Amino acid sequence: MSFDVARLLYLVASVLFILGLRAQSGPRTARLGNSLSIVGMLIAVGTALASVLSGDADMRALLSGNTAWAGPSTGRILAIVAAMALGTAAGWVLARRVEMTAMPQMVALLHGLGGLAAALVSVAEGLHYGADESVARTLVTGLGGVVLGGATFAASMGAFAKLQGLVGSAPFVFRGQRVLNAVLLALAVASCFLFMSDPAAIGWLVAALVLALAFGVLFVAPIGGADMPVVLALLNASGVAGSATGYILKNDVLIVAGALVGASGIILSVIMCRAMNRSLANVLFGAFGTGEGGAASSTPQKSVKGYSAVDAAVLLGNARSVIIIPGYGLAVAQAQHVVKELTDLLEKRNVDVKFAVHPVAGRMPGHMNVLLAESNVPYAQLLDMEEVNPLFESADVALVVGANDVVNPVARSDKGSPIYGMPILDADKAQNVIILKRSLASGFAGIDNPLFYDDKTMMLFGDAKKTLMALVSEVKAS
Amino acid sequence: MSAAPSVLACLAASSNLDGLLVFVLATFVGFEVIRRVPTLLHTPLMSVGNAICGIILVGAIIVGAIAQGAAEATLAIVSVALATVNVVGGFLVTDRMLKMFRRKQDPPRKGTGAGKDAS
Repeated sequence: MSFDVARLLYLVASVLFILGLRAQSGPRTARLGNSLSIVGMLIAVGTALASVLSGDADMRALLSGNTAWAGPSTGRILAIVAAMALGTAAGWVLARRVEMTAMPQMVALLHGLGGLAAALVSVAEGLHYGADESVARTLVTGLGGVVLGGATFAASMGAFAKLQGLVGSAPFVFRGQRVLNAVLLALAVASCFLFMSDPAAIGWLVAALVLALAFGVLFVAPIGGADMPVVLALLNASGVAGSATGYILKNDVLIVAGALVGASGIILSVIMCRAMNRSLANVLFGAFGTGEGGAASSTPQKSVKGYSAVDAAVLLGNARSVIIIPGYGLAVAQAQHVVKELTDLLEKRNVDVKFAVHPVAGRMPGHMNVLLAESNVPYAQLLDMEEVNPLFESADVALVVGANDVVNPVARSDKGSPIYGMPILDADKAQNVIILKRSLASGFAGIDNPLFYDDKTMMLFGDAKKTLMALVSEVKAS
Repeated sequence: MSAAPSVLACLAASSNLDGLLVFVLATFVGFEVIRRVPTLLHTPLMSVGNAICGIILVGAIIVGAIAQGAAEATLAIVSVALATVNVVGGFLVTDRMLKMFRRKQDPPRKGTGAGKDAS
């Protein structure tokens, strides 16, 4: 296959990726979009296989002057095909088995594998090109591939361990951590420059990889569980490591795909930070939720009205419109299916039910929507913050399930509060508020929530799933 | 800080300025396309991003084929396996999620239990 034909096919694949992502703009076209991206990937991989099999002159150009090459050996081809078969089997099993509640871990794991693949390919490139390579390209291999890919792998595995509960999700901080991180990163970059000045010494590239791995672990250690949505989004941006490899191999589809995924990661990070009204630097280095803000414990005891499921069921059964606010507590309690049952019951009584999904609900961007879609809630009922906030004033009941900070009115009113300015769901504007909560403990930010003490608020303490099941049977009975 | 200008000069003298051009333009296209994706679909967006990240497979195949030493070849072939997990796992799990987003009039899917709806 000639290089021109290959480039043309890579262009087609790039366009399919762009169209595929474009179709993600709505749930009705998103599946088609995914299929377009799959076709793009098949074309790109097929083209790569065809061009290496042909072993022609243009491929030889990539060989830095070694013109004796007549194509890969049969053994090499078999090894590549076997590796692809192995990867296909593993990916297939992962994708089929993973539970929707475990999607953040799945995405973290795939971020990590992508990063590791980019790092290893880049080390292989460094070995291959060695001293022949141009200075700039050597540097791109090191910084873009090895350091970015290696750090992504280590940080993603750290995030995976935290999400999976293999290690505690609390921020891990020690004195001089930031300085150590900066030093590790600086040394990794310095190793790349040393490799640039002496590309025959592959040891520098390996050193850069090891330093990047250490940096990645320490980078994610101080970030608490509640900030994982931002970390996952940001690690998505490291897809640009693929662009670095594309730059070396003069392969457009690698460059385009890496850039697209990088852009996606940056946009999602910005959206997540905005939803928490915090800067990216604050999330990454702030170690939020370490308990510095002792405001909650110093607050004088206020009276909270605890109610039974019977009271709440009467209120719900007689309402005309109910807005349900699901939080991470709902996912933890695996209560999404019971919520759907309650929704169906209320709808049979002609109650209008909607869901208000805050951008940071769940452990990754959009996670809550997936969980509710899984329990058959139609997507038209899932409203985002901008859509739902004007509707609270006319709602009879706001039902808060396992959420806290995202409905805390302090964010609107109290300039001294750490969450001041964070966009919230206006649950306090509904006629009545029912809050399902495990205990009166404050949210991850350690901030007291005045909504709990409001006269129109009914607090139902206990496990979200059990309380919801009690609500379901009470509504049925009434 | 005299290193900075020399690095810039090196980059400019590099043989692949075309690659840089493609990268910058594709980033802008990415921003325009991705910002239209609603929050509803952000999780599938991230998993399809994982799959597209798996494009590193193309690089791994090429490097694996042209590799001359055993170390190079081994690294590249391991990368082939890792990248394939991303491609296959990412696309499949995205499809599994997107299948779940239904309209009001669509019939509910059977077997809502987690992990059983992949077929």
